[in-house]
Amino acid sequence: MANGSLITDEMRKLIGVTLDTIVFKVEEGAIQRYAQAIGDPNPLFNDPDYASKTRYGRLLALPGFTGWPAKAGRPTEKLFAFLVKAGAPARILDGGIDFEFIEPVGAGDVLTATTKIANVAERETRLGKTMFTTAEVTYVNHKGKVALKSWATIIQF
Amino acid sequence: MAKQVYYEDVEVGTDITPLPKIATTRMLVQWAGASGDFNPLHYDEEFAKAMGVGTPIVHGALKRAWLGQLMTDWIGEEGKLKKLSCQYRGMDYPRRMKTMEEPRDGETWWCKGKVTRKYEEGGERLVECEIWVENGKGEKTTPGSALAALPVRKKK
Repeated sequence: MANGSLITDEMRKLIGVTLDTIVFKVEEGAIQRYAQAIGDPNPLFNDPDYASKTRYGRLLALPGFTGWPAKAGRPTEKLFAFLVKAGAPARILDGGIDFEFIEPVGAGDVLTATTKIANVAERETRLGKTMFTTAEVTYVNHKGKVALKSWATIIQF
Repeated sequence: MAKQVYYEDVEVGTDITPLPKIATTRMLVQWAGASGDFNPLHYDEEFAKAMGVGTPIVHGALKRAWLGQLMTDWIGEEGKLKKLSCQYRGMDYPRRMKTMEEPRDGETWWCKGKVTRKYEEGGERLVECEIWVENGKGEKTTPGSALAALPVRKKK
């Protein structure tokens, strides 16, 4: 760590490298539970019979919901652990997210998510010396099409 | 759900129908289970204190999901949400529960937004929106933006 920088050479080398691939299954019950948790009564996300008669043909996932990983661990969670192991500060906050939705996601879909670090930056904030990592996740559906992409900001201090 | 909104109906400055939400400790547990985010920051008092946020805070991603509903409610079934972004700027603290179902008195959060641009591109009618979640004091704790395609009215 040169000049007290939080960003190590090891972290810099990982920018743009694919860190992880996770397979997500999008299940009807999981979509319904997600809709219930936020209190969204939209029948597209709650009523399979209704949704099957729409142009989507199946229960639609709420924007940003990508189902459950086939094995334990979600992309950002794994990335947190990875960054802390690489020497980044252990106090972590979720900084925000950008989503781009390309193809609809719905019940029965299988998504393969690949995670990479798009950028690492640091600056002085009211939390002290703070590190900002942008994690880019690309979700490809079972038809081989990119369904969505997300860029999450991880704050460590 | 409200009636379908059409591209012709909106102008720059048009308000998105506001959506009220009440975050409770109960909702945070339900969200953790539904989203798979089991970070103890959102349910463990000691851990939240050690992390420097005081007491358990509302998940940023839950507020993001509220903003998703703000948009999908407004654009209706024929609209298509293309982009959604937000930043978790301010901490929000859930209301505690009075009974199993009923929260104690406290703040209500409002998801709001307005159209900032409308344009046609690639055969789609698009609207860009500024969106946010504001707390009981009217502070925008979760500012963001969205891009959606809207349908046009059918010609008779």
